[in-house]
Amino acid sequence: MRAAVILFPGSNREGDVARALHQASGVRPPILRHDEVDLPARTDLVVLPGGFAYGDYLRCGAIAARAPIMDAVRAHARRGGLVLGVCNGFQVLCEAGLLPGILMRNADLRFICRMQHLRVENNRTRYSNAYALGQVVKVAIAHGEGNYVADSATIERLEDAGRVAFRYCDAAGKVGGLANPNGSTHDIAGIYSEGFNVLGLMPHPENLIDPLIGGVDGRGLFASLMAA
Amino acid sequence: MSAAEPEITDALVASHGLKPDEYARFVALLGRTPSFTELGIVSAMWNEHCSYKSSRIHLRKLPTSAPWVIQGPGENAGVIDIGDGLACVFKMESHNHPSFIEPYQGAGTGVGGILRDVFTMGARPVACLNFLRFGAPDHPKTRHLVAGVVAGIGGYGNSFGVPTVGGSVGFHKRYDGNILVNAMAVGIARADEIFYAKATGVGNPIVYLGSKTGRDGIHGATMASAAFEADAEEKRPTVQVGDPFAEKLLLEACLELMASGAVIAIQDMGAAGLTSSAVEMGAKGDLGIELDLDAVPCRETGMTAYEMMLSESQERMLMVLHPEKAAIAEAIFRKWGLDFAAIGKTTDDLRFVVKRHGKVMADLPIKELGDQAPAYDRPWIATPKQPILSAPDIAPPMSNHDALLKLVASPDLCSKRWVYEQYDSLILGNTIEGPGGDAAVVRLGDGPKGLALTTDATPRYCEADPVEGGKQAVAEAWRNLIAVGARPLALTDNLNFGNPEKPEAMGQFVGCLAGIGEAARALDFPIVSGNVSLYNETMGAGILPTPAIGGVGLVDDVAKAATIAFKSAGEAVLLVGGAGTWLGRSAYLETICGREEGAPPPVDLVAERRNGQFVFALIRAGRLTAVHDISDGGLAVALAEMAVAGRLGAHIDAGAPDGAGHDFLFGEDQGRYVVAAQAAQAAAIVDEAKAAGVAVQRLGTTGGDALTLPGEAPILLADLATAFESWLPAFMAGPQREIA
Repeated sequence: MRAAVILFPGSNREGDVARALHQASGVRPPILRHDEVDLPARTDLVVLPGGFAYGDYLRCGAIAARAPIMDAVRAHARRGGLVLGVCNGFQVLCEAGLLPGILMRNADLRFICRMQHLRVENNRTRYSNAYALGQVVKVAIAHGEGNYVADSATIERLEDAGRVAFRYCDAAGKVGGLANPNGSTHDIAGIYSEGFNVLGLMPHPENLIDPLIGGVDGRGLFASLMAA
Repeated sequence: MSAAEPEITDALVASHGLKPDEYARFVALLGRTPSFTELGIVSAMWNEHCSYKSSRIHLRKLPTSAPWVIQGPGENAGVIDIGDGLACVFKMESHNHPSFIEPYQGAGTGVGGILRDVFTMGARPVACLNFLRFGAPDHPKTRHLVAGVVAGIGGYGNSFGVPTVGGSVGFHKRYDGNILVNAMAVGIARADEIFYAKATGVGNPIVYLGSKTGRDGIHGATMASAAFEADAEEKRPTVQVGDPFAEKLLLEACLELMASGAVIAIQDMGAAGLTSSAVEMGAKGDLGIELDLDAVPCRETGMTAYEMMLSESQERMLMVLHPEKAAIAEAIFRKWGLDFAAIGKTTDDLRFVVKRHGKVMADLPIKELGDQAPAYDRPWIATPKQPILSAPDIAPPMSNHDALLKLVASPDLCSKRWVYEQYDSLILGNTIEGPGGDAAVVRLGDGPKGLALTTDATPRYCEADPVEGGKQAVAEAWRNLIAVGARPLALTDNLNFGNPEKPEAMGQFVGCLAGIGEAARALDFPIVSGNVSLYNETMGAGILPTPAIGGVGLVDDVAKAATIAFKSAGEAVLLVGGAGTWLGRSAYLETICGREEGAPPPVDLVAERRNGQFVFALIRAGRLTAVHDISDGGLAVALAEMAVAGRLGAHIDAGAPDGAGHDFLFGEDQGRYVVAAQAAQAAAIVDEAKAAGVAVQRLGTTGGDALTLPGEAPILLADLATAFESWLPAFMAGPQREIA
């Protein structure tokens, strides 16, 4: 598994996700600048990290989606290559047309950072097969615009095709109510592309890879990828 | 000089905040009448904020050195040696007045400014903290200010990408017209790669980096050096506007540039912008500076020399570069999309010369601008001593059970989750302990070492007795570091006081400083950086004296760091440091009895140190399962916080003396901790304590779903947690309005 992490100006969790990839694979992934036009040869996985690309000015992810490197990322995705967008990366993927829908301001209009439980909704993908179906995992969230919204036909399509990757839930796996931190439609925390090669999610599995820091529930995603 | 500039009149001088005698001093220094630009420059250099003219003679008395101190006060931030070739760079700074006028931008640029101070020295920021004080909850502006300040701190720090790991939030009516927003930043650098402001070499290029210069923030430092009157709102144009995105790029570009070896000296443009940064670089290096303002990147057209010299536009840096490496430096900055412009050079004539459109707009002696700034030994009167209240004379108005529930739901003691969840505390993946404990713990790289960080002060103690209050602020910061298992190393102070021209306020400042100095000496806890914020006064009413202390300690192995949460049932709960007796100025007296009276608890620094070292050794030996210092609200509140954090109750059966027991449970005697240990360890710990001269008594045992205080009905943890967590969200949600 050859991974590469994209660094937009204003990205700030590139080091966190690189650390998680390094822990899972023993290899430090290269960090590519936004103004490059090619991915390294034989790249399997492209990661768009969290942060505030281009300051999140205009709209989260809108400018980053048009950065030079994104043509190469889109081509990679079209070929079936793996593309993971975390938090701001998820927003970029939506703006880039690689995933449907959009991330709106959190329902209470405040940034929120806390530990959050997720339910694994599909464990038959290259991102999730190290988890059990329905497994409840604890990860971190840290976002102001994580409220996933799409038209009802799109939501229905995502649900029917098993493209909802993770849902916000409480420690017991129950969804809804206060377990939904941002008002996301159907408690959606992450979704797959039609070909299940692109995953966007708001939470930060890369911040839950250390028993001293909240736990290791995030490792499953990286372990799945390394086995893919 | 330019004919277009206004004529210097007494009124113009006064509007620049210069007193007649200060202006006369300046004219004597120059030997002529200054130009308008020169008046602007000197007003920026000689205001309270930049010159420390009321505080300088007192600050000199503070202990600032220790074998591990690399750089004490006087640079952008303090620097201490933390071993393994690494240094910790940190400072705290206030942004009180801007945050009151425009809370989002004021607080955000406060964070931006302190981060710049840290990375200017070559350090990569690893954590932020803050210390916030707001007016009474029922004041009409309080909710608006809390919402704006918290969003502003989050908006800047979250985007910049540094975790905000701790802080302090409190409320009091004395901050109604003058809130406190103190931001602290902490960074890590190689100990042998620290960068300073001192310029060297004649004829070296002075380079401007970062964002463009606009008209924002002009006279910000002057505004911060005067009391507020009724027109505070009209000072909004003096508040700067932050761009955390630009600051993130500036950080990366600066660190890359420093690594390239091109940088001789570097200074961020903070208060008084280009003026202060240029003068400081020259004066520290015994060099003159010549600036050609035509080369300064501007955001707006037609800016005058005066405006450019006083602008406080954010995210800007000034550097002196090795001439042969200027091209490399420029390439790095262009790569990050930032402005880069050579705007002047160092000279050998010790003059500060500013040119615009080919004309000399200012020509001033550079050393004297700093050295000859006025320094005042302002008259002060000591705060009268308050009577010592005897606990038996304080009748408890309610049961201890009810008092505890009320205290944990009070504005000052309730959970600040609503605040800290708006800050990204997890980014960088090293936050071992985030907000909500005694001190935050941030791992250094892959460990095992970590930094422990805290901000503390108890303004109501300082008001009643500045000397004891100053001691207590330092002692509590030290204690909070000990409580996580850290060796306290050094502190930064943010001294927030009222109008120094009033002897009572000046007496509070002098008293607190004496206490801070005494405690810092006794605890080997030197002051390495700080900031003084005076004139925190609105319409003649001053704030509570508030010397916020930012403490830094070192944890040798973060896996052994202690937390406040009870871990498992059946463990012994021990009280270290003796029984509570002191209710004067306590949270209990204020919140439960409605009285703000009496002398505050005295701080016995010898006992403080002895008790702390005892607890520290137990943590290091892995013998404690939970540790919490005892501060606001006393023993009972400490126990409640430990139980709520661990979702595990405790039965406290021993130790209740005769009488009401409210002094035992809620007394705020200093130098104390609650610890938990495996039951089998308890007897040995008590014996060892006795041998060490430390008072330790067994209080009870962990377990169950309730906290039971001696002689009281059990308090269900669920009720305790609800009381603790509900006040702030409910307050911030505001009154529910009926919608017709």
